[in-house]
Amino acid sequence: MEHESRSQHVLSYGFLTGIFAALMVLTATTIIVSRIELGFFNVVVALSVASAKASLVIFFFMHLKYENRTLKTMVLLAFILLAICIGFTFFDVGPRT
Amino acid sequence: MNEPKPQDGHGEHKDYAGAKMGMWLFLFTEILLFGGLFLLYSAYLHRYPAAFHEAGKTENLLLGSANTVILIASSFTVALSITALRLGRTRGCLVFLGLTVALALGFLVNKFFEWSAKFAAGLYPGSAHMKSLPAGENVFTGLYFAMTGLHGLHVLVGSVLLSVVAALVARGRVNAGDFVLLENAGLYWHLVDLIWIFLFPLFYLIA
Repeated sequence: MEHESRSQHVLSYGFLTGIFAALMVLTATTIIVSRIELGFFNVVVALSVASAKASLVIFFFMHLKYENRTLKTMVLLAFILLAICIGFTFFDVGPRT
Repeated sequence: MNEPKPQDGHGEHKDYAGAKMGMWLFLFTEILLFGGLFLLYSAYLHRYPAAFHEAGKTENLLLGSANTVILIASSFTVALSITALRLGRTRGCLVFLGLTVALALGFLVNKFFEWSAKFAAGLYPGSAHMKSLPAGENVFTGLYFAMTGLHGLHVLVGSVLLSVVAALVARGRVNAGDFVLLENAGLYWHLVDLIWIFLFPLFYLIA
């Protein structure tokens, strides 16, 4: 018997190909933008594009979009903890230089 | 082609949701493991922005970009292998898993050339040349070896894991009715891809 919370959703080949194409476009974008001298803005663009790519991988390749709320909350919490860890360190490191 | 065995819930107890949650919990520890290294990187980038910029220029953008494409493609083929298995196409699943492992090995071959070029230039942890570099460039190169090294180890473990699961798929032990092992191996592989998605801009693009 199927478990109630089992994710029944099967992603089609076509849909996965679309996600892959989007990831390739983002990779090309980030490489091209990195060749243009924008100073600190280069870092912002590189990390924003990386985060967008990471979201595509997590939600679709890793299937998180179709998982239950408990799992989604857990994953969100893990990333919030990492953000606190890195962010709070900069309260100390940031003003030093 | 062997038909997937019907799973009627009798006999062995399987907890699909629990198995998957357990895998995610393990992935959280991996995220925090690499998170520590990302923290170090960002703190040192803040301290030595100019040196990081300078040292980053020595990275081979072509090989780095090629490896990014390879790893994303391998994540894609793992996702395809899960779809294939769930549609009952065992052979398709095995082809996709084979492709994934081949891409993983391609990634490692590229890394071999990258590291060899660095060693040839006298850059390796503890080398006289590295010690003579300005502090910031030394730290950048050290972090490069630590982070891509640990990541490379994960690529190696991931490809072994996927090969084992492929063998189980071939024997019908992992099938359309019981595929959580393939999904969990896939999750591990996607995490390896996820970490590279951040390593790539930090080491190859920020310069």
